[in-house]
Amino acid sequence: MAIAAAVQASSLKGAGRLNLGPLGLLAAPMAWMSFFYLAPLALLLVHAFWSVDYLTIDRTFTLANIQTVIDNPLYRTVLVRTFLIAAAVTLTDIVLAFPIAFYIAKRVTRHRELLLMLVVFPLWSSYLVRAFAWKTILGTNGILNSFLLTTGIVNEPVSAFLYSKTGMYITFCQVWLPFMILPLFTILDRMPSSLLEAASDLGGNWWQTFRRIILPLSLPGLLAGSLSVFSLTMGDYITPSLIGGSPGTELIGGIIADQFGIANNWPLGAALILPVLAIVSVFLLLANRAGALGRGEPG
Amino acid sequence: MQTVQNERKPEIDPARASGIPSIVLSDVFKFFGDVAAVNGISLDVRQGEFLTLLGPSGCGKTTTLRMIGGFELPSAGEILIEGQVMGDRPPYRRPVNTVFQNYALFPHMTVAQNVSYGLEMSGVPKMERKQRVADALAMVRLPQVEGRKPAALSGGQQQRVALARALVNRPSVLLLDEPLGALDLKLRKAMQLELKQLNREVGATFVYVTHDQEEALTMSDRIAVMSEGRILQLGTPGEIYERPRTRFVADFIGQTNFLEVDVVAADGTAIAVDLPGSGSLHTRIPDAGQPQGRMTLAVRPEKISLRKDVPESEMPGMNELSGRLEEVVYVGTHTQYLLRLPGGQIITVQRQNRAVGESEYFVGETPTVVFSPLSAALLAD
Repeated sequence: MAIAAAVQASSLKGAGRLNLGPLGLLAAPMAWMSFFYLAPLALLLVHAFWSVDYLTIDRTFTLANIQTVIDNPLYRTVLVRTFLIAAAVTLTDIVLAFPIAFYIAKRVTRHRELLLMLVVFPLWSSYLVRAFAWKTILGTNGILNSFLLTTGIVNEPVSAFLYSKTGMYITFCQVWLPFMILPLFTILDRMPSSLLEAASDLGGNWWQTFRRIILPLSLPGLLAGSLSVFSLTMGDYITPSLIGGSPGTELIGGIIADQFGIANNWPLGAALILPVLAIVSVFLLLANRAGALGRGEPG
Repeated sequence: MQTVQNERKPEIDPARASGIPSIVLSDVFKFFGDVAAVNGISLDVRQGEFLTLLGPSGCGKTTTLRMIGGFELPSAGEILIEGQVMGDRPPYRRPVNTVFQNYALFPHMTVAQNVSYGLEMSGVPKMERKQRVADALAMVRLPQVEGRKPAALSGGQQQRVALARALVNRPSVLLLDEPLGALDLKLRKAMQLELKQLNREVGATFVYVTHDQEEALTMSDRIAVMSEGRILQLGTPGEIYERPRTRFVADFIGQTNFLEVDVVAADGTAIAVDLPGSGSLHTRIPDAGQPQGRMTLAVRPEKISLRKDVPESEMPGMNELSGRLEEVVYVGTHTQYLLRLPGGQIITVQRQNRAVGESEYFVGETPTVVFSPLSAALLAD
């Protein structure tokens, strides 16, 4: 009884002024996310267990779509292909982004803002425009081929750039690069330079310093960037349709988009989302365990 | 602790035995853009010495330390360590280790991994590494924390880990960049003594950077007082305190009364000056320069005493002034008296609170201010 009274007294003390607490503060964004994101997503996923009957959705529970996804070897091939390309793009962007982020964070003093803006600059234009720009670069009469012909590196235009996995890989690497650079820059920027000086004081070449000090301390930024680049590639359907588009270049995003579009088979589309969601979720869980999300301090 | 000491002895190299300086700076300059952070420094640091670079922020002391460590390269001039020209050698190729201002411990490594890092990089075998890490941690009185991460340690403990991480490599020279800055006063005082002891124990040359004059006086064998990229005075703590050569040094180290005086007469043993409003005073001859014209007379507050109704004949040769007591400040161990002289100048007198029953002075009284000519220094600027 005494405890109940004390609880009541303490809760009364809080009354009268605006004292929301963490739950109160999160209420509005939570409601927004639930209503506009989680609910539609759930609705979408429920479709996986329904079926389509010409133009109407038959809402009787069925595992037929799941069965199709598992049985059809095409879907498996496309999933593996998508996963491999996403992994390759992620690894390439790590290798490309690290020196850039390190340079801006630790070597530049004067024009940091300018350089950062140049990194972010491409994001100001539509992704569609950027993907289309790559089409003009990679095409048979594109900028890349003109360059290679003029410099005499090749004798005739290379057709393998456009409408190919190579082309998609190049495009993905470029358009997602800022998403890798920015989190890496943030974490490298916050890393005290005295740590690098201490490493230099204690010996070891740059590779040892990178492997033992810089890399482990930038792991959260690295994982955050990888998470973005990987999931963006896993779900993308614009680049495959513009830069891919020939047989053997389909990615899972395009196939899913087709099910919701021309094929008009929402249940199968929803069922195809499940493995993608599973792969990204596993990555998310692994990243979370490694500390990429949440507490941001190095170490 | 004992083992560490014993192990070190055979490592004393020929350079040390031959008595050449541990560090030589000759005409070292460092420019950042157009600004001269270090403006021509020449300095010999002796073997095993505890040398402090002391000065206000921006005086070039940290830049000087960073150039010895190899984190900055001199714009001009040469640095020799153990007789070898350093040139553009990177930090890890110098017989030097640094204790950084904010310790710079690797946050993702345990204490043992931190301390062991330098040994690992120089290829010391695992068994020896383990022993040396344990010895180093024992030396800084920090056993039983090997497995912890730096974040789980207090500031004082982190400080000790940083010391161990540097000393475990047995450097000829240890550089310390305001290492006690983040600690509270009590811990600072304790660490000051420990650092001094460590310096003797390991025999390495310590170069210490601080802006805290008391810290410098407590620990150093010699102090280099710096201002605007130059060394103004180099000497033992006693020399720096008792015989400051410039007004800046006198002002920066301890508390000092500055009186504007006119030089009246000078002979080989003493100088007579005139203090406007008070008359003639005597002072010792300065260490350098010919006294003339208007100069500054510096007298430390604790070198001055107050007397009541003393006949002049009792104190031959002493400087005497009359003043009116305006303020009495009780500071525990001592009391400060602020007196106004007839010429309008304020003079501070400090008296140790030794015993009860000593004569007391009250505001409004006019005691006699007495100090020896030997305690008064005539400064050029």
